[in-house]
Amino acid sequence: MSEQPASVEQVTDGLRQVGYLPSESAALVSFLATKLGKPVLVEGPAGVGKTELAKALAKLLDRTLVRLQCYEGLDEAKALYEWNYRKQLLRIQAEAGDAGWEDVQEDIFGEEFLLARPLMTAIASPDPVVLLIDEIDKTDQEFEAMLLELLSDFQISIPELGRIEARTHPVVLLTSNNTRELTEALKRRCLYLWLDYPDLEHELEIVRLHSPELHETVARKLVELIHEVRELDLKKPPSIAESIDWARALLLLGADDIDAETFRQTMSVIVKHRTDLDTVAARVGVKLERSDPSAV
Amino acid sequence: MPAAKNSYGGIPEPTPGGFDGQLLAFAEDLRDEGMAVGTSELLDAFAALQYVPWGASTDFKETLAATLAKSPEDRRVFDLVFDRFFFRAAEAQAARLEVGEGRGEFGADQEVDLDELRRQIAAALRDGNDATIRDLARLAIAAFGRGEGSGVLGVDVQRIRRALGLRTEPQPDLPETDPRRDGLPREQLRKFEQQLRRELERDLIERTATLPPKRPLTELDRALPTGPAQDLAQVHRVVAQLKRRLATQGQELRGRKRHAHVDVRRTMRASLQTGGVPVELKFRPQRPRRPEIFVLCDVSTSVTSASTFFLSVLHALHDAFRKLRSFVFIERISEVTEVFERERDFRKASEAVSKDAGVADISGYTDYGRVWTEFLALIEDELHPRATVIVLGDARTNGRPPRDDVFAAITARAGRTFWLNPEPRLYWNYGDSVIASYEKHCTAFECWRTDQLEEFVKALTRPITA
Repeated sequence: MSEQPASVEQVTDGLRQVGYLPSESAALVSFLATKLGKPVLVEGPAGVGKTELAKALAKLLDRTLVRLQCYEGLDEAKALYEWNYRKQLLRIQAEAGDAGWEDVQEDIFGEEFLLARPLMTAIASPDPVVLLIDEIDKTDQEFEAMLLELLSDFQISIPELGRIEARTHPVVLLTSNNTRELTEALKRRCLYLWLDYPDLEHELEIVRLHSPELHETVARKLVELIHEVRELDLKKPPSIAESIDWARALLLLGADDIDAETFRQTMSVIVKHRTDLDTVAARVGVKLERSDPSAV
Repeated sequence: MPAAKNSYGGIPEPTPGGFDGQLLAFAEDLRDEGMAVGTSELLDAFAALQYVPWGASTDFKETLAATLAKSPEDRRVFDLVFDRFFFRAAEAQAARLEVGEGRGEFGADQEVDLDELRRQIAAALRDGNDATIRDLARLAIAAFGRGEGSGVLGVDVQRIRRALGLRTEPQPDLPETDPRRDGLPREQLRKFEQQLRRELERDLIERTATLPPKRPLTELDRALPTGPAQDLAQVHRVVAQLKRRLATQGQELRGRKRHAHVDVRRTMRASLQTGGVPVELKFRPQRPRRPEIFVLCDVSTSVTSASTFFLSVLHALHDAFRKLRSFVFIERISEVTEVFERERDFRKASEAVSKDAGVADISGYTDYGRVWTEFLALIEDELHPRATVIVLGDARTNGRPPRDDVFAAITARAGRTFWLNPEPRLYWNYGDSVIASYEKHCTAFECWRTDQLEEFVKALTRPITA
């Protein structure tokens, strides 16, 4: 694949080739991200392919994917860089006695003793990369503030070393499950992409792409059922990942139709909460049973 | 249209600055509707538009959305404003140039097969074909809408829809092949009505050569779901989102935080890494305060949906509170804590509350004085300075004595008292609203939009460092 796609269609086609079916807006925003060099903030419910989009983009642009998984309490030491204490200690002990204070101090704060963490790796990489900052909403606001410098100027300040500027321009994707409002400052620096559950036809296409052996009519019924289940008030509505898993499960079982029996057996693939199972069985399972006689 | 020339004053002057000017005017419109569109966002939009073919309207719109609208709520406003703005801009330009959309095609003399039209529209709606929907909407107007327009767009839209026999519920008496038999998808029907409305509006502009005044997005478009008319799915979405956001928002305040106590054990453990020198201090996490809450909700007809909605949100969050007891009242007070513990579904809960709470005596009008007295008698011993009392109501006494002295006694016993008023602040203290006399004793919040509710719940669950 070429370095820079020239049009939105190229991005759409390219993403399709690497196994990701983008929605119109997803393709457009990805294209803009490569053109404008701005980070993209991707929001949406869990399991609609936010992370997958980053992986697909990396494949499309033929770049390495550097991933930073965020979690509560993540700090600079784990995201940016850390001094390698042990090595520094060793260095000091090895030289103890003969070297002067100045020399050692100069010495132990060199790049040799720096442990690069994902953000630093992405910045310092000689080849351009795709940087994925996953679930940014899990971190606290201080961390977000720290990201600002990186996202707008693509540089990192290390007090002992000075400023490290990006040698290449990474494509940055931030994902968020929208569990917390991100700061205005961060949003301002990003392009915004809202990924939602795809509509019926789109999801059908996705399922067919991932398990092409599944019969078309079964796949359609599967997607329709999934959409029906999503309408219910569940703790965790099934995502695209779950539809794909379900399709695979049905293939393994060799099911050629989704009847009430199959549904009951495989329901746990798409619904993952005890209470949700009951709700789904009561609403959707029963409906399947009722419609069965007429289908036969 | 000969009359058009005289009423040319109805069309505003074109915005100076060509396309750039239009885009700035659009941004101004967005700001008017409360979106924070900064200069940097606008610059991004201009930069992004260099790479996108403007001819494709979805690409154009998505580009603007990606650079200007930065949250799902913003996106909703953006879509509404986008449609309004560019529709008006295009129509104004068309009227200036006096471009008409030749209406001869479906003239009155040409008979349209009405039954065939009905079937076609229903089929298009079922299959979700947007382009056809637009064409068919115009055909429908040609067939049903001419001449007898009432002048009110909404009325005309509904009249045409009825004439076409389009409904969401199944119509079993229709023949098997009719696509309307199983009922039409609600979303599609809404889209069709929108198209109808737009085409009618276009007709009107063409006929009168005046641009109707810009309809600002009513606050209702963003208001809390209050009326039964509002979609329940909408309520579910809001509650689900709130639950998720509020369930996690305590976390960020927990972490490692200033003023925390040093955790000696963990500090010593960490110091092993650095040869026993405690380089890194570890702090004890700060536990959030888990308040005891008493909620009193007015469930008289004027505010009932707002209160049940609020109650179900609170109960969804019951983990965050040490104790949560809820009461509903109209003329009398009744405890409904159990209903909400049993019933997680908003709709069922609100049915249960209206069915067996038994809070209306005779008139069905709220009697605050009596409610305070009863509440105080019921709960007096359990109120203490760490308890929080929340009242949700419009403070409309229907002319009965407000008894703010009893209310003052309640607030004196409780630690914090909040009052949530589901009416906009503008209406407070008008008519029989006596919120002012209660406000002296508590903190009153306006609470009729989801964001206001969210702000309040945040304030409520915020840990308090003593």
